[in-house]
Amino acid sequence: MTIQTKQTQDMPSTDRIEKRFEVRAPRARVWRAIANANEFGAWFGMQLEGAFAAGKTVRGRLTIPNYDHLTLELQIERIDAEHFFSYRWHPYAIDPKLDYSSEPTTLVEFRLEEIDGGKGTAVTIVESGFDRIPLARRAEAFRMNDAGWASQAKKLAQYVA
Amino acid sequence: MSPSRAATSKLPDAAPVFAALGDTLRLGLLGRLSAHGPLSIRRLSEGTGVTRQAITRHLEALGRVGLVRDARRGRERVFALDAKRLEIARQYLDRVAAQWDAAAARLQAFVEEDANR
Repeated sequence: MTIQTKQTQDMPSTDRIEKRFEVRAPRARVWRAIANANEFGAWFGMQLEGAFAAGKTVRGRLTIPNYDHLTLELQIERIDAEHFFSYRWHPYAIDPKLDYSSEPTTLVEFRLEEIDGGKGTAVTIVESGFDRIPLARRAEAFRMNDAGWASQAKKLAQYVA
Repeated sequence: MSPSRAATSKLPDAAPVFAALGDTLRLGLLGRLSAHGPLSIRRLSEGTGVTRQAITRHLEALGRVGLVRDARRGRERVFALDAKRLEIARQYLDRVAAQWDAAAARLQAFVEEDANR
């Protein structure tokens, strides 16, 4: 799969990530995988406690080994059927001893477009607002065990393929 | 949870420094310092349509959070990027981006397996 990372400013942005990729599945199918909390949890690696609804906060426990002691909260912002889904959360909130609740959140947006006459879907994921996250928080990310994410992602990809 | 607040404030870089970046003009100033190296206030205000005094205030705001440093060069005041902080911010973003790459691959596998069954 080709995942493009977009860089829009003169200087590399420290505030925003944009990923665009294409999948061979109809938009309705991809939409369900994103907007249905059970399905979202299945590929993301999280057990969510309720359905997604605009304005609602849904808690979820990570199911990724080594991270399964962590609980995240998704503050659902906007749901526009088959087109757009967004939520806010605390990025990289992976230290259970810390209370992130009073800190700024980032905004995660999913955008779906039909391609190949409806046989495929272009997915754009944008996460923005990192410049409001305290630098100390961002520096902490490097101290965390980082073997986890990458290797688990690989295992999962093999498992579902 | 007060213990976590205390733990946070002990960290050396605990100030919310990146709030200072939430401004297009300041981002532009950092972009020019990044591309051209240390520059004087005179050079930094060229083409911005903003007075040198205003540019100085923006640079000082960036300086207070440690993103730029200033020095005297003859009669001029010269500003330069403090690369370490920006480097942390960029590396952090790379890391989050790598997680999204992995999540995107999982999402793709998830929907394609289902669609092609």
